[in-house]
Amino acid sequence: MATTKPALADLDLRLGLYRVMVACRRFETRAQELFFEGLVRGTTHLGIGQEAVAAGFAAAMRADDYTFATYRGHNHALARGTPMGPLYGELFGRANGLMGGKGGSMHITSAEHHMMGSYAIVGAHLPIALGAAWSAQYRKSGQVAVCFFGDGTTNIGAFHEALNLAAVWKAPVVFVCENNQYMEYTAIAAVTAVARPAADRASAYGLEPIVVDGNDVDAVHEVAVATLGRARGGDGPSLVEAITYRHGGHSRADPGTYRPADEVSSWLARDPITTYRARLEAVGVDAADLDRIEAEATAKVAAAEAAAREAPEPSPDVIETEVWADGSSRWRN
Amino acid sequence: MAELTYRAAVAAGIAQEMDRDPTVVLIGEDVGAAGGVFKLTEGLFDRFGPDRVRDTPISEQAIVGAAMGAAMTGLRPIAELMFSDFFAVAWDMVANQIAKTRYMTDGQVSVPLVLRTANGAGLRFGAQHSQSVENWLMAIPGLKVVAPSTPADVVGLMASAVRDPDPVIVCEHKALFATKGEVPDGEHVVPLGTAATVREGTDCTIVAIAAMVSRAAEAADRLAADDGISAEVIDLRSLVPLDAQAILASVAKTSRLFTVEENPRLCGWGAEIVSLVADEGFYSLDAPLVRITTPHVPLPSAAALEDAALPTVDRIVDTVRRRLDEAK
Repeated sequence: MATTKPALADLDLRLGLYRVMVACRRFETRAQELFFEGLVRGTTHLGIGQEAVAAGFAAAMRADDYTFATYRGHNHALARGTPMGPLYGELFGRANGLMGGKGGSMHITSAEHHMMGSYAIVGAHLPIALGAAWSAQYRKSGQVAVCFFGDGTTNIGAFHEALNLAAVWKAPVVFVCENNQYMEYTAIAAVTAVARPAADRASAYGLEPIVVDGNDVDAVHEVAVATLGRARGGDGPSLVEAITYRHGGHSRADPGTYRPADEVSSWLARDPITTYRARLEAVGVDAADLDRIEAEATAKVAAAEAAAREAPEPSPDVIETEVWADGSSRWRN
Repeated sequence: MAELTYRAAVAAGIAQEMDRDPTVVLIGEDVGAAGGVFKLTEGLFDRFGPDRVRDTPISEQAIVGAAMGAAMTGLRPIAELMFSDFFAVAWDMVANQIAKTRYMTDGQVSVPLVLRTANGAGLRFGAQHSQSVENWLMAIPGLKVVAPSTPADVVGLMASAVRDPDPVIVCEHKALFATKGEVPDGEHVVPLGTAATVREGTDCTIVAIAAMVSRAAEAADRLAADDGISAEVIDLRSLVPLDAQAILASVAKTSRLFTVEENPRLCGWGAEIVSLVADEGFYSLDAPLVRITTPHVPLPSAAALEDAALPTVDRIVDTVRRRLDEAK
């Protein structure tokens, strides 16, 4: 499926990829439990099963490269280094939240990590990521913008407007479609004119179709290195379609029962984390080292949960702050 | 002082900022070599080059979205939406993304951009190319909205808009493009949120913006000449931020308020002004608060119909005269 064969990445890199995927999985699995406990409010969209895309790209990015993600964005925030405590705080609606409780799960942003936001209106962030790439190009900063989105996004106008303009401007942006097979409750294939919702559109914008096994973090990482390099080298945008699967439903309200049981079980057998662990062990990584990575993730998640549980609710004093850059919401004298 | 057309003032205002700040860039449909369909950006492409003045495809979401992404990451982009009606095409970017991102991120991300747009009626373009949409924009928390009525204000408000750390929409009025006025030499900056008293008066206050300012002023001249009514005319210039004190101070003096709005009736910008005066200036009032607007219809294209739909000088004069008379 991948256009390139998996790289034999060095061991530190590969353990790092594993560490990030495991941290994402533990964080989100616990988030789901906490949702049912009533601690996580509103809605939340989990990327369980899709961790390899976030981990593989983040490991290939420069610290000042920009990430733009969707409402299914926890993995991407974590992969860029966003701390778990404030992330849980935001999900819980607490004062220690990453955005002080003003954003919520669907708008996770950590500008200091160049995680430039999670966008909850499908497709909106493709033009915005293009704009960040244009800015990097204009400033000659060498930065690249990486924009992650779902398969459903490929049928909205903003996708096409952004792809075209990015190609025309040779903008340093990598568009990454996480094709998890379902837009929301409907199979993407049932509502899309082409088999590969992203890759089959690439030629319309003069781009190469790039399809990668989104559950194989080595393969994702290799594609990330290539496409980021192309963008940084001035050769313009790429459109990557990473084939993956969300283990759960669209959002916490969705049990995902519209999916055939054998389809779900076949994808669970291709879990990006368990398969990667097996691959690492097969090349001689000590199982104890992998166990330790998992234990560390579990401990970090527990500490983050405790910090968020202990944090107070935000003060109503902040409701009328930060509309404007002067910190206020004043609209009149 | 130099006399400029409103049209030339747009390019002059942009050039003033591009000269001052290398992070200021301009994008939009036909804004480059073509100089804009209304010739509002003429000369900028030759002067600042293709890196700073970029043509785009007809992709309003991409234009506005790209401006946002650039603004989030160190540039001060100016994006042109050819007609303000096209805000409807880019509304997700404007209302959901640009306006809300600073708040949703609790101040982590700033969006210092300018969206310029040809707004308003008078060119017989029909219902989809003639609207006055300031009221759409001011309804969304997180957007600043300015609507200059003179060439000097075009330059001065453009300067403040570009320098502002928040998103600012500049509504440039199509019917004013050919009008002329003096623009001060040297750097000219008009702070956002400062109304201008166009004409002083004591009997009533008429509040207007953009193309309605000159009509209100002409109406005031006629009211003075024909009826001995002394009308004060206030050009708000900026709806967000709003110079509420200027309105309240004027009403404290005149005790009567009229708004002249090009937008259709419901939820026009004047409704907010009237509400504010009813709340905070009530005890100054001697008469009902009166809004003079376009009726609640899409704008027709025929000259005779469009002219009659908009608030005319005659309608302003008649309304003021009648409402003051009945309040006696």
